[in-house]
Amino acid sequence: MSQLRTIQEINEKIAKGQVVVATAEEVISLVEKQGVEKTARQVDVVTTGTFGPMCSSGAFLNLGHTTPRMRMSKVSLNGVSAYAGIAAVDVYIGATEIPETDPANSDFPGAFNYGGAHVIEDLVAGKQVFLQATSYGTDCYPRQKLEKYITLADVNEAYLFNPRNCYQNYNVAVNLSDRTIYTYMGILKPNLGNANYCSAGQLSPLLNDPLYRTIGVGTKIFLGGGIGYVAWQGTQHNPNVARTENGVPRGGAGTLALIGDLKQMTTKYLRGVSFLGYGVSMQVGVGIPIPILDEQMLRHTAVTDAEIKAQIVDYSEAYPQGTGGSLGEVSYAELKSGKIIVQGKEVPTAPLSSYPKAREIAELLKAWILKGDFALTEPVAPLPTVEFPVKFEDQAK
Amino acid sequence: MIKRKVVLHFPATVVEQPFIYTLAKEYNVVANILKANINPRKEGRMVVELSAEDQEFNAAMDFLHSRGVQVLPLEQQIIWVEDRCTQCGACTVICPTNALWMKRPEMTVSFCSEKCIVCERCLKACPARAVEALYLSGE
Repeated sequence: MSQLRTIQEINEKIAKGQVVVATAEEVISLVEKQGVEKTARQVDVVTTGTFGPMCSSGAFLNLGHTTPRMRMSKVSLNGVSAYAGIAAVDVYIGATEIPETDPANSDFPGAFNYGGAHVIEDLVAGKQVFLQATSYGTDCYPRQKLEKYITLADVNEAYLFNPRNCYQNYNVAVNLSDRTIYTYMGILKPNLGNANYCSAGQLSPLLNDPLYRTIGVGTKIFLGGGIGYVAWQGTQHNPNVARTENGVPRGGAGTLALIGDLKQMTTKYLRGVSFLGYGVSMQVGVGIPIPILDEQMLRHTAVTDAEIKAQIVDYSEAYPQGTGGSLGEVSYAELKSGKIIVQGKEVPTAPLSSYPKAREIAELLKAWILKGDFALTEPVAPLPTVEFPVKFEDQAK
Repeated sequence: MIKRKVVLHFPATVVEQPFIYTLAKEYNVVANILKANINPRKEGRMVVELSAEDQEFNAAMDFLHSRGVQVLPLEQQIIWVEDRCTQCGACTVICPTNALWMKRPEMTVSFCSEKCIVCERCLKACPARAVEALYLSGE
């Protein structure tokens, strides 16, 4: 397939204020109206967005040295333990960590009102956070105890480092048992009472670049309201899955490890959340620009909710026992309609991923690029992918 | 004809009196009890839908007030904090009356207070904790 433009050419157009950007939603109607060929020639960049709970998130903080100096071996922030098994005054606060005093699920179902993600949200909101640290003394780090209030401004470096974000597609969770279950996919009522799903579908970054042709290590992104980068393939990144003819995975597949400056972020796109009976998580807003290098990329970004399929999984037995098995396949268009049919029964659906926020992020990233504030990057290394012969229906007409 | 969902607060001194019977018998009020409980201090709280002809409805309200029963409008009880809501939609399949509902295809969450029966299931079903219950204690 012939190349239409390079990333360098796109950046020149951004600098000149001549770039043409569409969101992953807008590009669908453009293709419907004028076909693939014309749209691919017209649009330089397609912006994507997602905003959902991404448990595998957290932040590295450098808390700064005290006088006398301290190593800080055990650290907690607002009672939530942060990992301090690295150099002096460096810690990692994980999104799902809960205070030692939290009753967790001993009072079932636990409320999990506060945890690491909320500490991060409080820091981003500019609130004071209570730091407690202890240490064994050393000749170079004699201090053994510290208690004080800190804010994000007091911290030297603070960056989000999320080992597994932006899951490329996900399960639709249902409950076949006769009791309510409490999961990371939300509350699932008995006997197929509801079906919960979690993806921005046609707006989701990795569903718009299903074979990771443009998203790679080093790709500059929107993260939590600021600038971030793809650091690596995420944990559990697995490109070797069943795909539809246009290359879109039919279930969970690729993931991204993301990094970004916490000091640029806002609580609008980074929020602590509580899942009843499960635990704490963090809603993370991510937006990734996709350069339309050729017609194939345009076809990928024009994917619709009707063409993206997900697997229905029973979270009362098949998922926890790891026995696998899908109860059926549904499209995101069906999921978004509000009800699906599972085992002959009409089941109401609910998203955990916010579609309006995903749209907002894609729009915001588009505005940044149009203003010339955000240039695109060439990935410095590709993500593991698969050879996949993509077959597109002839949409060009 | 007036039809209204209200929260009745019964002080401990009157909690044993048969109010609903009196409302029906003396004032022709139809009472649909949505939720009722008595706390350890013997104070009662009832979420109820009351309907009657205007005159009888108002007379019934006067009767409740005269006996020390506090009548509060229901919409003051559950507060959906729109700013805190991240528009995910997790609450919409948990809410039994579709008071919290999703506008499609926009996929935005809205709250309709008229439909709310104050069951409070949304309080902990909302991951962002964007729903609050406002307890108005009787003075």
